[in-house]
Amino acid sequence: MTDANATLLERAAETAVRATPAPVATRVRALSDRAVAWLFIAPTMVLLLAINIFPLIWAIQLSFTNYRANRPNETVKNVGLQNYERILTDSDTWLAMQATAHFVFWTIVLQTLIGFSLAYLIDRKFRGHAFWTTVILVPMMLSPAVVGNFWRFLYEPQIGLFTYIVSFFSGIPPSEIAMLSSVKLAPWAIIIVDTWMWTPYVMLICLAGLRSIPDYIYEAAEVDRASPWRQFWSITLPMALPFIMLAVLFRGIENFKMFDMVNLLTGGGPGSTTEVASITLKREAFEKWRTGFSSAFAIILFVAVFGLANIYVKVLNKVKSR
Amino acid sequence: MSASAHSVIEPSATSKRVAGAIVILYAVITMIPLFWIIATSFKTPPDSIAYPPKVVFTPSIEGYCNLFTTRTRQTAEYIQSLPPATNFCDETTRKRNMVIAGQSNFLPRFVNSLIIAFGSTFCAVFLGTLTAYGFSRFKVPLADDLLFFILSTRMMPPIAVAIPIYLMYRELGLSDTALGMILLYTAVNVSLAVWLLKGFIDEIPREYEEAAMIDGYSRLQSFWKVVLPQATTGIAATAIFCLIFAWNEYAFAALLTSGTAQTAPPFIPTIIGEGGQDWPAVAAGTTIFLVPILVFTILLRKQLLRGITFGAVRK
Repeated sequence: MTDANATLLERAAETAVRATPAPVATRVRALSDRAVAWLFIAPTMVLLLAINIFPLIWAIQLSFTNYRANRPNETVKNVGLQNYERILTDSDTWLAMQATAHFVFWTIVLQTLIGFSLAYLIDRKFRGHAFWTTVILVPMMLSPAVVGNFWRFLYEPQIGLFTYIVSFFSGIPPSEIAMLSSVKLAPWAIIIVDTWMWTPYVMLICLAGLRSIPDYIYEAAEVDRASPWRQFWSITLPMALPFIMLAVLFRGIENFKMFDMVNLLTGGGPGSTTEVASITLKREAFEKWRTGFSSAFAIILFVAVFGLANIYVKVLNKVKSR
Repeated sequence: MSASAHSVIEPSATSKRVAGAIVILYAVITMIPLFWIIATSFKTPPDSIAYPPKVVFTPSIEGYCNLFTTRTRQTAEYIQSLPPATNFCDETTRKRNMVIAGQSNFLPRFVNSLIIAFGSTFCAVFLGTLTAYGFSRFKVPLADDLLFFILSTRMMPPIAVAIPIYLMYRELGLSDTALGMILLYTAVNVSLAVWLLKGFIDEIPREYEEAAMIDGYSRLQSFWKVVLPQATTGIAATAIFCLIFAWNEYAFAALLTSGTAQTAPPFIPTIIGEGGQDWPAVAAGTTIFLVPILVFTILLRKQLLRGITFGAVRK
């Protein structure tokens, strides 16, 4: 009753407002809706323009020069597209991109497999599942820097707990398990830490996907005597797929720009085996001080992330609308 | 919502038990590193690097002592000439032929973390609430593009952002200042705040404010007195997410701060003792740093999904 009255009143009020000439309406409501909208949105936009867009434009401009931030008084030469050319033809850049791709690919594969399996098991709703879910979520809330640092301790040859456990079960002497200093093992050391930390993230999103599947679909399948195997492949997986893809999208973007954990675990080494794109960028920008060159590299990375994310979102929407 | 006990789709007792066992096993394994770091913080330096790793040990707070102090090596004669030790830290330090020379940088770095995290969270949530309300309630031209733009600022690799920010802050005198870091973290967090809060505000029926406005409230009054109280849960959850991000952030902090404004994450890995990293002290710093996060995770568990997907998935 009251609702209906309110709607009626509201409609009346709206008609009245529309009929009132603008200046009067302004006086009545102190500030027009339009003014309020802009007042509310503008500060955020100004901040983002100042802290994100202005620097980005500056970086684009620098990317065409040979500017070096540690020599501010030197004359800056315009080098045109030379920086971009060098990056795209440089074999070191491609090595960094390969290291990044290897890292992104394996972390996503492992996290999706483990994360989805965990979500599937948690969805069995055993006793205490809510508590254990919260426990599993803890690693992803921690600081990647701090995580990277204490995993370095676990990986220490001889004294590290990880090294000890691996050698205990495999019989390999602990002095031969150098997770962070062996060319072969270092990339995997990083993948293990990232998987430890972010599997809960994928799990949580997958769990939401599994819970979004209405019970009646399974009931109908039961009536049709579809085997559990069949139910999994033709109901569970396809219906949870958009969620899995969302998780992959977020993890993909995050890991493409991965910096903190790698920086603390290996710093890109040994040699440059774990030098992912962000580490190369940091070395160029803040160690070799090739600001112009690194700006160009940053722009390329940004375009790559943006392009990949866009393509992926399109695919995601297609899957969702199916 | 959940199926009744005799529904055909309710998993069997055995499958539940097996699922539970596997999940609990995973949870326990995944907690080992965390337990290990907390345990290490209560070990003495020799215990922390013992082989095989010591699971049973006599707890000591030497790590915490070392975290908060700097020490210098002295001769035995000098130490004997000192007045008797007044507290545990003094005593342990002297047993290692050292004396406490002063306070370490940990406390100031920790305070920096607090100031920067809370400052930027306040700003981001303040701006985010206004902007989210604006997008939620008004027809903003190009709203979708603007919202996408706000989100896209978060996709940039931090190092790519750090290069021009470094130059800009150098020009403006904001390098290594708390203000500079607050501004930067606000800009990063505001995108999350807008997206999350827009979802929360969208869920508050417009009718409430419209009724209030018919009763004579202005737009601003109804925002303040009707919408904000309704959105408290959402605002609190958003604030905690912003706080966690700012608290945990490393890349910007490591590149843009070095002294006065340095936060705890870039500082903790640099704690070194004699002959390498002082692991109990590092572990102690890590433990102190992680406790607030553990508390927040428990507080947030119901909103977690929403927060980590920028509001894309709601339960």
